[in-house]
Amino acid sequence: MIVMRAISKRYLMGDQEVRALDGVDIDIGRNEYVALIGASGSGKSTLMNLLGCLDTPTSGSYLLNGRDTATLDDTELARVRNREIGFVFQSFHLLPRMNVLDNVAQPLVYRGVSRAERLRRARESLDRVGLGNRLDHRPNQLSGGQRQRVAVARALVGEPSILLADEPTGNLDTRTSSEIMALFDALHRQGQTVIVVTHEADIAAHCKRTVRLSDGHIVEDRVNPERG
Amino acid sequence: MQAFLEAFRAALVSLLANRLRSVLTTLGIVIGTASVIAVVSLVQGFSESIKQQLSELGGSTLTLEAVNTNENFRSGKINTIGFDDLETLRYRVPGVGAVAPIMLVNTPGISYRDRTVSTEVRASTADYAAVYGRFPIKGRFIASADDQGRRRVAVLGSKLVDDLNLPKDPLGEYIRIGSEWFRVIGVMEKQGDLFGFSLDNYVVIPFDVGRALNGNRLRPFMQVSFTIDDVDQVDTIRDRAVRAVKASRPGTADDDTFKIQAADSVVKQFDEITRTTTAVVGGVVGISLLVGGIGIMNIMLVSVTERTREIGVLKALGATRRDILVQFLLEAALLALLGGLIGIAIGWGTGALIASLIPGFPPAAVPVWVILGAAGFSALVGVVFGIMPASKAAGLDPIEALRYE
Repeated sequence: MIVMRAISKRYLMGDQEVRALDGVDIDIGRNEYVALIGASGSGKSTLMNLLGCLDTPTSGSYLLNGRDTATLDDTELARVRNREIGFVFQSFHLLPRMNVLDNVAQPLVYRGVSRAERLRRARESLDRVGLGNRLDHRPNQLSGGQRQRVAVARALVGEPSILLADEPTGNLDTRTSSEIMALFDALHRQGQTVIVVTHEADIAAHCKRTVRLSDGHIVEDRVNPERG
Repeated sequence: MQAFLEAFRAALVSLLANRLRSVLTTLGIVIGTASVIAVVSLVQGFSESIKQQLSELGGSTLTLEAVNTNENFRSGKINTIGFDDLETLRYRVPGVGAVAPIMLVNTPGISYRDRTVSTEVRASTADYAAVYGRFPIKGRFIASADDQGRRRVAVLGSKLVDDLNLPKDPLGEYIRIGSEWFRVIGVMEKQGDLFGFSLDNYVVIPFDVGRALNGNRLRPFMQVSFTIDDVDQVDTIRDRAVRAVKASRPGTADDDTFKIQAADSVVKQFDEITRTTTAVVGGVVGISLLVGGIGIMNIMLVSVTERTREIGVLKALGATRRDILVQFLLEAALLALLGGLIGIAIGWGTGALIASLIPGFPPAAVPVWVILGAAGFSALVGVVFGIMPASKAAGLDPIEALRYE
């Protein structure tokens, strides 16, 4: 599903060229459960941005479902993000002025889905993450764990190819973290492709495969042992 | 369409989320629009009332008047309308209906008992009432018999009754005009004021009596109004009348010694003047709308900065540049439109209040086109000044925006 070949991303920081990613090759198939790990500055955030089509590589090719995203313009990238990617962020990034239901329904706005249909699908999605009530609450009336569930529901509402989570437990306590990871596990079992960017080993341990980045290179790519 | 509706909703939600700020931001637009509407409503009300008074003369009435320039007065060769012109109109122009001359009679003043006032003494015929559409509310108007019999009778404008201290029912009383005594046979209906002058300060006497008082001067100060039988033929008949009058004045090659115009051409001229005034005032006050627009631009820029992260999230969820642009443009336009609508309400109220506080001032009037124009223009101001902030928002890089603290 994801085929990345010789992906490089270079930035200019002042006069200096920074190689955030340098010749990365990675394949991720349908229904994989992958952890991207690495220290800060390792390039894992850059890789996540590229995977999520928030950015395009300096060189190399990225085929997402057979389509080369390196050639897409802004509007086409937005379209790919809307249909293929479901983002979950560390700090939830819910829209503060909307209630839970509208937050979850928001991605469907950009597909021209009617309001009634949007809300129906948002409810379904919230059911999937175990939030059937409090739908008319504002995000700031919810706990961190609940907020992250809303964010996951929002990521899932458009039935994306990939659920892309950037440090999804970074702002949560241990118990809530494991609840969220349990939710990811369950989604994975239901057939969802999940990619989690993290620096925590026990979070990565939930995943079936671990990809470690360092200095813009993939230094390790292994299948995790089954957890007992 | 869905996306547009949703952008509209989002814009509304975000305006409501910052009610106080929204109202303060749009205050410039409110004040600008309110001033425009207040001023325009007063000007329009004024012009409405004048137009109404003028149009009571009717579009089917034409008036023959002498034209004099400063040069004429200096050289003493003053053009006037004469009795021959009256005859011409009466008998030589087909299509002319009733003809009513008004001749001004020179008099030192008119008196009743020991009270003397100066007024306009008009000598006219029985057709006066029909041609001008003015009728007595008390008694009767001058009849043909009064004219032929050279009866010393007078019909008073309503103001004179008060000015002369006449009894409430002045019919049958005698007043003195110059050195002659006249019996009051009627009081005309009230017309009100125009430009602060009473339109009811006059007295009408039979035409031939006035002629005698003027000493049968050949060309007294006179104008002739006449009705036409077929309103649709007003231009044809006027041309005919112009030719006939000109033909009766051999020696004057040009036709600038007199003019024949319809009463509603005065209305049209006046219309033109108010339109210009309204446009100028509108333009001047419109500048304050631009100032208001700059205020909106400023706050929208602040708002875009504040909501950078939110914009990043929307982009991550699949909002295109266009989606973001439309949302912020709509927000700016709505903000300005809201100010415009509040301004229209306040302006209307202020105009009405001012009009009612000044005695004798006609009621304020706000034409629909002014309301639509003000609302449309304020929304336009919003769009124009929203373009810069909105395109700033639309152009944000999603990664940078998401990372923004």
